[in-house]
Amino acid sequence: MDMVALEGGFADTPREAAVAFRACLSALARPGRIETVAGAAPPAPVSPAAGAVLLTLVDGSTPVHLAGAHDVPEVRDWITFHTGAPLVGAADAVFALGAWDALQPLDRFARGLPDYPDRSATLIVEMPALTSEGARLTGPGIETEAFLSLPEVAAFRANRAQFPQGLDFFLAAGDRLAGLPRTTRVEDV
Amino acid sequence: MTDTAYNFAYLDEETKRMIRRAILKGIAIPGYQVPFASREMPMPYGWGTGGVQVTAACLTPGDRLKVIDQGADDTTNAVSIRKFFERTAGVATTERTAEATVIQTRHRIPETPLTGDQILVYQVPIPEPLRFLEPRETETRKMHELEEYGLMHVKLYEDIARHGHISTAYAYPVRVEGRYVMDPSPIPKFDNPKLSGNPAIQLFGAGREQRIYALPPFTEAVSLDFEDHPFEASKPDHPCDLCGAEGSYLDEVITDDRGGRMFVCSDTDFCAERRAAGHAGRLAAPYEETAA
Repeated sequence: MDMVALEGGFADTPREAAVAFRACLSALARPGRIETVAGAAPPAPVSPAAGAVLLTLVDGSTPVHLAGAHDVPEVRDWITFHTGAPLVGAADAVFALGAWDALQPLDRFARGLPDYPDRSATLIVEMPALTSEGARLTGPGIETEAFLSLPEVAAFRANRAQFPQGLDFFLAAGDRLAGLPRTTRVEDV
Repeated sequence: MTDTAYNFAYLDEETKRMIRRAILKGIAIPGYQVPFASREMPMPYGWGTGGVQVTAACLTPGDRLKVIDQGADDTTNAVSIRKFFERTAGVATTERTAEATVIQTRHRIPETPLTGDQILVYQVPIPEPLRFLEPRETETRKMHELEEYGLMHVKLYEDIARHGHISTAYAYPVRVEGRYVMDPSPIPKFDNPKLSGNPAIQLFGAGREQRIYALPPFTEAVSLDFEDHPFEASKPDHPCDLCGAEGSYLDEVITDDRGGRMFVCSDTDFCAERRAAGHAGRLAAPYEETAA
């Protein structure tokens, strides 16, 4: 194992994870809002925001799937050392990390059961950039409307149509983090 | 000062991660009860173990915590939970609604409107709204899956048939975003309209029953009713005897054994702030003791 894998975790886990969780909660509860998350320094190509989400929510009880360019030894070692999460295929994943294209097709992931819709995967999507313009968002957590630079619209519309089943998303770019739960209605502007 | 013998906010990190994941799924599926592995807490079930675990998972060092029990900041339950987090998380506390960032509540929503920067954590005894109608978890789960909520309307109809009106006065069921029927915890139905479209994040924790559910900000929560018996947010038809407020929820206090009574705001912070601002009710200080 490379020594790099041992670094880049939270310095003071209880407090830093608490602050990072509040950013995750705020992002998912208010789709379109972009939060800033600090504290994690994961190896490339994982963004600091995605790294903080992993450190905050992932542990030995939550299998993680690494998609595409994120499935490299440095990232595998870092996640294994800092979280203890088993690394698995898409079908068994509770969390998945990767670029949008690498995560496709989305129907590989668990979208919950009709009686247990919470047993669904959460996807952490690495974005080149994240801004408050683009697709129009409405639904729970949004007073009137919000806008977010989503990679596409159709996939999120299909996901919304399966409510209460469905996938939930975090979108990360650098230290910026946004959330998109399955309840959000997404439209092209 | 934080008691350094404890981890920040009492719970261990693995437990907090588990609760945090449940909270996020709750936010993603508004009104759906997410099972979670509730822990033993250093207080008995019924004293807010679910709320305490949700609060512990949400607190950050910079938070300012308020705890209310039936609207009051100064009751045993509220005081001890506030002290618990002062000691284990070292967070600041307050009794003022407007200053708090996290508010844990038992059976009330504060009168002062909440803001988008606040989290309201409810203590929930029975999270399943259908439980008294159908005791089997396997059946109620199926009913939620199939949106089979006819039984709840039959219950409300039986209220009308027996009493002439819907007599359910607290824990009045709501339908969230047209999908899940949810128990808002035993808040008076007077508070139900505040559930809907609230800018704050509302989280519900049931410790003994091991369920967490949530309402994200600006989520629709409609109280169940009938066209000819619309929902009514009722309260005692009386102003507060201390602060004179007309629109706040009131507690009735028996003052002697000859039928004497007074009505006071159940929200102690709301009442105190109004009195500090110069509002006065029928029995407000200077207390006019009637010689009898």
